[in-house]
Amino acid sequence: MSQQTTQPVQYDADERGYFGQTWGGRFMPEALVAALDELTDAWQDAMADPAFVGEFERVLRDYAGTPSRLYHAERLSRTVGARVLLKREDLNHTGAHKIRNVMGQALLTKRMGKTRVIAETGAGQHGVASATAAAYFDLDCTVYMGAVDTRRQALNVARMQLLGAKVVPVESGSATLKDAINEAMRDWVASVDHTAYLFGTAAGPHPFPSMVRDFCRGIGDEARQQCLDQYGVLPDAVAACVGGGSNAIGLFTAFLEDEGVEIHGFEPGGDGVETGRHAATIHAGEAGVLHGARTYVLQDEDGQTVESHSISAGLDYPGVGPQHSWLAALGRATYTPVTDAQAMEAMALLSRTEGIIPAIETAHAVYGALDVARRLGEEKGPDATVIINLSGRGDKDMGTAIEWFGLGDADGEAEPVIATAPGEEA
Amino acid sequence: MTSTTASTTQAFDKARAEGRSALVGYLPAGFPTVEGSITALRAMVEAGCDVIEIGLPYSDPVMDGPTIQAAAQQALEGGVRTADVLRVVEAVAETGVPTLVMTYWNPIERYGVERWASDLAKSGGAGMITPDITPDHGSAWIDAADAHDLDKVFLVAPSSTDDRVAMTAAESRGFVYAAAVMGVTGARDASSDLAGPLVERVRANGDIPVAVGIGVSNGDQAADVAAYADGVIVGSAFVRCLLDHAGDQDAGLEALRALTTDLAEGVRRGAR
Repeated sequence: MSQQTTQPVQYDADERGYFGQTWGGRFMPEALVAALDELTDAWQDAMADPAFVGEFERVLRDYAGTPSRLYHAERLSRTVGARVLLKREDLNHTGAHKIRNVMGQALLTKRMGKTRVIAETGAGQHGVASATAAAYFDLDCTVYMGAVDTRRQALNVARMQLLGAKVVPVESGSATLKDAINEAMRDWVASVDHTAYLFGTAAGPHPFPSMVRDFCRGIGDEARQQCLDQYGVLPDAVAACVGGGSNAIGLFTAFLEDEGVEIHGFEPGGDGVETGRHAATIHAGEAGVLHGARTYVLQDEDGQTVESHSISAGLDYPGVGPQHSWLAALGRATYTPVTDAQAMEAMALLSRTEGIIPAIETAHAVYGALDVARRLGEEKGPDATVIINLSGRGDKDMGTAIEWFGLGDADGEAEPVIATAPGEEA
Repeated sequence: MTSTTASTTQAFDKARAEGRSALVGYLPAGFPTVEGSITALRAMVEAGCDVIEIGLPYSDPVMDGPTIQAAAQQALEGGVRTADVLRVVEAVAETGVPTLVMTYWNPIERYGVERWASDLAKSGGAGMITPDITPDHGSAWIDAADAHDLDKVFLVAPSSTDDRVAMTAAESRGFVYAAAVMGVTGARDASSDLAGPLVERVRANGDIPVAVGIGVSNGDQAADVAAYADGVIVGSAFVRCLLDHAGDQDAGLEALRALTTDLAEGVRRGAR
């Protein structure tokens, strides 16, 4: 990974955290400004320090298992008529790209001399990753999780507890991810002298969008080099799912200056954008301020945040990282909704064609990217290359899959109904 | 400012001239209902609040503790709209007390900053308190407030550096809001080693009044804070009066009046 690579100014934030002078920024209580300034200084100082960068790379390599493989999905490639490459972040320790972010932030926490971390979590993946990093670095850890989510994701609650973290159910508001963020902020404003907030995605107030991107950008830096090494070309397109957008910005960053590379983000379309039950923030939201940043927000005409919906808890967020809003405004990246049903179809497809069960979050990217791959295959032939960020594995989603597909009853007479891959015999 | 709009600065000057602190009272608009909040706020004015803050209920109030969260949520569930807040402002400002809106930023950006400032001024509002924007990220609001002669009340905290305290004091008009404990809103023991020094740090930057929010809920606590601050801000304790008497408006108003009277006596007892 090449942390030192500088990006062209127009894609990156200015020193006050604004992308394109509009998106991002820091709409925060004064009480937290000193802590955010301290964090900004510490992060910039650390990223310029070869000892920190080296230690971060060592921890990710030896503990988390990076660089993750870039895998040529041959059966899937045949079905779409283009070369499909999977960036196997699902094989990282804890099963997702999120380990990169938390190990970076926790290492920075140690460097800053703080002893406690807090985190918010939706489905529990960032909470589990944070608890993991806290165990590794010997930090106290408290995770805020919507009460609705603690009941839906009891297994992840147990994981966090086994790892030594305290899990606090949040009953306020809609009792889901956005309220968990609110409650973590409330904790932080009272504990900021000894506590770091491990933010779970590339959103929130400056410096989080840029800092989380820096910790995740190894995904794209690795994938770009692997693609060149393995195939001698850059990809024609890269694709990732976008909730808050950390895995996506982690992939996209390395390719922003490669003008020939299409960049595709796939947002959670829920029941369909037209139904209003979705979390396609860029596609269907409007500019606003949520959790400290100006970005696209799902909101009503009074600026009240609207509850989002997605079958994938990890994408179920009514905001999005501000750099994605900027990339969308620039037209450098394209953001397209993928519905619950389409994502579940892709989950089954990848499982059956490649023996890889993806997270439902990731399945959104798979579905959308295969459409892109089919088009590129027609335009450019079978060597057209698409990299999909396989951001997480699907073990955690088996409960949803059992319900969706009617699985799990080996003695039952009904066969589970799963679509076969396009181009394959039924 | 319309000719009838009461001046926040004058209210603090008047209290100063009387050798006491000003009592600043907060309730969210639309809590328990729009009409109910007008009645309650007018009762607080009659019983002795010198300055009124009207909260604009918001879905994601990150700086508020459980009491104000509950009131805001109830107001939103009751269907309160941004336009209703202006109606409450107008009804309270008519009493002649300076009336400010306290709001998170997104509803204002959504309403349109310039349009909001214009409508707030037309409603007789004196200005706005902005807990989640700081002057260095608040130029849109500062420009609109200046254009409509509105007060801009920004916050300082114990964690603020001296440079930021100076910048905030310079950009504020009306008063500076000293959030004197590191934490969310809510009634607490109202003592803090941090409050007095924070007030002094603001004072080092000029004459603007400093009002302290520190979880005051009775007259004795108000007297303690009044000993060092130009204003004593009370929010959660007022909300609590109405929450504790839900469904019984008369009892709620009686509790509000009794609390206001106690606090108004407190800010006079604490005279410096």
